[in-house]
Amino acid sequence: MGEPGTKEVLNLEDLEASGGIRTGRKHVLSLLVENKPGVLARIAGLFARRGFNIDSLAVGPTDDDSVSRITLTVDGAAHPIDQVTKQLHKLVNVIKIRDLEPSDTVARELALFKISCQDGDARAQVMQFTEIFRGKTVDVSKRSVTVEITGVDDKIAAFEEMVRPFGLIEMVRTGEIAVARGRGAT
Amino acid sequence: MRAVDAIMECLKAEGVEHVFGIPGGANLPTYDALYDAGIRHVQCRHEQGAGHAAEGYAKASGRVGVALATSGPGATNLVTCIADAVMDSVPTVFLTGQVRTELIGTDGFQEADISGITMPVVKHSILIQDPRDIPKAIHEAFHIARTGRPGPVLVDVPQDLSRADIPYEPVAKVHLPGYQPTTEGNAKQIRLAAKALANARRPVVYGGGGVVNADASKEFRELCVSDPFPVTCTLMGLGAFPADHDQWIGMLGMHGTRAANYAMDEADLIVAVGARFDDRVTGKLSEFAPRAKFIHIDIDPAEISKNVPAHIPIVGDAKNILPKLTAEYRALGADSGRLEGWLARVRGWQEKHPLGYEDSSDSEIKPQYMVQAMFEASDGQAIVTSDVGQHQMWAAQYYGFTRPRQWINSGGLGTMGFGLPSALGAKVAQPDQQVVCLAGDGSLIMTVQELATCVEEQIPVKVFLMNNGYLGMVRQWQELFWDRRYSAVKMGHSPDWVKLADAFGAKGMRVTDKGELVGAFRDALAEDGPVLVDVRVTPEENCYPMIPAGQAARDMVG
Repeated sequence: MGEPGTKEVLNLEDLEASGGIRTGRKHVLSLLVENKPGVLARIAGLFARRGFNIDSLAVGPTDDDSVSRITLTVDGAAHPIDQVTKQLHKLVNVIKIRDLEPSDTVARELALFKISCQDGDARAQVMQFTEIFRGKTVDVSKRSVTVEITGVDDKIAAFEEMVRPFGLIEMVRTGEIAVARGRGAT
Repeated sequence: MRAVDAIMECLKAEGVEHVFGIPGGANLPTYDALYDAGIRHVQCRHEQGAGHAAEGYAKASGRVGVALATSGPGATNLVTCIADAVMDSVPTVFLTGQVRTELIGTDGFQEADISGITMPVVKHSILIQDPRDIPKAIHEAFHIARTGRPGPVLVDVPQDLSRADIPYEPVAKVHLPGYQPTTEGNAKQIRLAAKALANARRPVVYGGGGVVNADASKEFRELCVSDPFPVTCTLMGLGAFPADHDQWIGMLGMHGTRAANYAMDEADLIVAVGARFDDRVTGKLSEFAPRAKFIHIDIDPAEISKNVPAHIPIVGDAKNILPKLTAEYRALGADSGRLEGWLARVRGWQEKHPLGYEDSSDSEIKPQYMVQAMFEASDGQAIVTSDVGQHQMWAAQYYGFTRPRQWINSGGLGTMGFGLPSALGAKVAQPDQQVVCLAGDGSLIMTVQELATCVEEQIPVKVFLMNNGYLGMVRQWQELFWDRRYSAVKMGHSPDWVKLADAFGAKGMRVTDKGELVGAFRDALAEDGPVLVDVRVTPEENCYPMIPAGQAARDMVG
């Protein structure tokens, strides 16, 4: 680049762009929001109008009445995650956002599977799978079994694959919730 | 105390002296409180007029503009203004009446879910559910509207709650755990930016509306003159740097100068201050400033790397950051000789491609000349508001703005009909300054009812109407890109504007001869009351130069 203009040399070519980068992996965002009407609508609306997709979303109370926890998962391949978090931060009712590191996070999801079981054999097999996946049988009828499975989404997907051949009547999932490992608050 | 009386106390505590609005059923209590609150209310003729007036007031003064409307249609008429204010970061508070709480959700008379409708276009909104929350909500609204990146805040107050009796105590401080804008700017980043600037050989400084919003024009100018950097501004930034300064290379973007766009194209370092790399500035994003690294100073972290990746982002208030950056840069003692070749190149573009047009050889009034005549008649000192279209771009090109808040227009949303009501608001904010609305004939008719407001409330704005009989910018695009198939762009039977002005009780004038234009403008400016000057300009004149939509700076035409 020839002679620099100052003794404090800095080659502009060495500067790297920050932000706007797609990570290509799933991100779990943990949000603390004010427990007020319309907050969820603001978040959902933000995602819709900025063209971000929510893969899953779970909302619930926290130990503090005035604050709710929202856990949502977003595909970091489809969107620059920093844009998602920065736009969320602009919402006045959003108090805190944490993009949880997968290796440093305990994540769980609960799923209910209603599986068709035409005979005792099928039922026995389904219940055996449930045992293996450390699930619980929560309802049984003449031709169906309902099972509860908790875990990370891979485990739930694996269970789904196992029981689908029996005839999956329906599946309901809560969406992932997560906390950071260790002593510190999420 | 009635909640509405508490609202008045809050408004006064926030320093509000003027509000714009229209009463209706759901905000009757508010208007009862307003009756003797000692706040001047400007009674507009349409809520959109009130909303834009509040914006014009805010843009001209830097203070929060306030508009009032009733529920349902009153509130929905504000939606365009709210969207406009969010796009241009205008500090505004919109106070709407809502139907009684027992009617909410029942499709009651004049019910509209205005907080739902406006959710995508507000900085924040508050639907009152407990009357005791009202004072806190009003103060929060003003705090949010004017701090950080400014914007519109809606407060929706159900009619019954606004009449409730509440204990009122002045609110000293608002506490919003989820809202803490960064204002300081990271010192390390500032140092790095100074170093990068000192090592740049083809730098450009690019200022946006954020410089004006931050009241940082002086600080911006100080940075710019630290060395003879070429300086450009966006449409919203015009006036942040004086157009008569020899470092000024003109506005950039779609209808900017060739010098500004070519400079961006070849720059090795761009210092963006309070600008958001809008598509009207960048053109084709992948070919925008391909050789440049970016220092991006903005108070809104979400703007950093949104459109163009920033190499040195600095989040904070430009008013704080710029003096530090200037001091750091000057301390480096960079050799300004490194810029000589670059400055000569930029100057070459300026000399080769000045803004220009072919003037008529007879009495015909070219639209560009009309702007120059306005400049001459007002000594370049007027506050100019505009509508949206060709006339807006010509004003941006030919009225050399020399100070911030002198140029008021709708940039982001591009709202036709913005000019007259915003001029009205600007004049209320700055009664000692000349306020001229440069209107288009397509735009003016959208909000012309506000002439009645100007007459009734004795707000002497001057409307200089660039009358070409067309929706001119759309016609230009149809001519250039749609094979001259002029579809629905001719204004056809427009009103007789002189008679219309007269009917409103304003003074109307018409000018068709170039030789009479400056004199007519001077006469209009000398009048005590509102004046509308109908100026007949060349019907089919195109606004150049131009980067066709989606193309790169290098593809400028005209």
